[in-house]
Amino acid sequence: MWTGILIAVLVLLGLALVFGGLLGFASERFRVEGNPLVEQIDALLPQTQCGQCGFPGCRPYAESIASGDAINKCPPGGESTIKALADLLDVEPQPLDAEHGVEQARRVAVIREDECIGCTKCIQACPVDAILGAAKHMHTVIESECTGCDLCVEPCPVDCIDMITIEPDIRSWVWTPPTSGIIATDRQEASA
Amino acid sequence: MTDYLLILVSTILVNNFVLVQFLGLCPFMGVSGKLETAMGMSLATTFVLTLSSVCSYLAYTYLLAPLDLAFLKTITFILVIAVVVQFTEMVVRKTSPLLYRVLGIFLPLITTNCAVLGVALLNLNKNNNFVESVLYGFGAAAGFSLVLVLFAAMRERIAVADVPVSFQGAAIGMVTAGLMSLAFLGFTGLVSV
Repeated sequence: MWTGILIAVLVLLGLALVFGGLLGFASERFRVEGNPLVEQIDALLPQTQCGQCGFPGCRPYAESIASGDAINKCPPGGESTIKALADLLDVEPQPLDAEHGVEQARRVAVIREDECIGCTKCIQACPVDAILGAAKHMHTVIESECTGCDLCVEPCPVDCIDMITIEPDIRSWVWTPPTSGIIATDRQEASA
Repeated sequence: MTDYLLILVSTILVNNFVLVQFLGLCPFMGVSGKLETAMGMSLATTFVLTLSSVCSYLAYTYLLAPLDLAFLKTITFILVIAVVVQFTEMVVRKTSPLLYRVLGIFLPLITTNCAVLGVALLNLNKNNNFVESVLYGFGAAAGFSLVLVLFAAMRERIAVADVPVSFQGAAIGMVTAGLMSLAFLGFTGLVSV
């Protein structure tokens, strides 16, 4: 009788050991590096690195969203980003939080080059390294790299940086919405 | 060949684990709120059920039966199921972090889904061989998935329907589940395995 119990205990012990080893191996093999959700959120953010959300860049904000922060703090991304984030995270879309700025048309920084004194302060401020130049030499902005984040305007000692709204070209042009008041019920509501 | 087909039809429709044998009701009510979640849960449960059915069969036939330890079968099966679920959780977490988030607590709860243990024990009662065990497990999972997805689709429509106040929420869910169960009774006598 005692050998029966001993065999039963040994068999269970053996099984538990084998399964434990298997799970240990699997946890090594399928180890998750960081939080993969952060990657997905980061891919949806506009990567302007502008810091308007209150975080030093898009990735820290993505990490904060992954741990439960609000999704409406990104003015450059605007409504489309909020919608995409709401879809990904399965939460209700919210209007953009006005505290962090308003959604604007895409802009680009332009340096008035004859006024530039070559102080390199804007180069240090640029989060995406879109400004080219060296000390005591004229600086200029690489337009295709500029995310329009405004961060270089403030540090410039001679105020020679302008933010210029990009004119719509054939790829970005959209129909202008009709002026309100063309529908009879709209006019009624407005007069009521 | 016909035998195998009959096993599938029997487990999916005639002896459906959820609606006819009333096993695995917890995830059936819990995860059926959204169609997407229900599909994720179905996939995870299908994987776990089939794999645990096979593993339990192997553990019983090659370990417990030769050593005359049939009395250890329940605890062994629970051990096997827990390991398979844990393994699935690791794989899902690695491959689909979103599904992992959506399923949340229900993923580890597959362990306590009594359909999983039920399949392992019923395999023994029916003296199923290896292939039959695989099919029985897979059929049970397919039946579970079918019913769960159907039910989730219905609940999504009920959510926007004009339900009387006293029936809203879980109550109308229970009524719907009962009616579905009645409907599945209609398959009785189709085959008997």
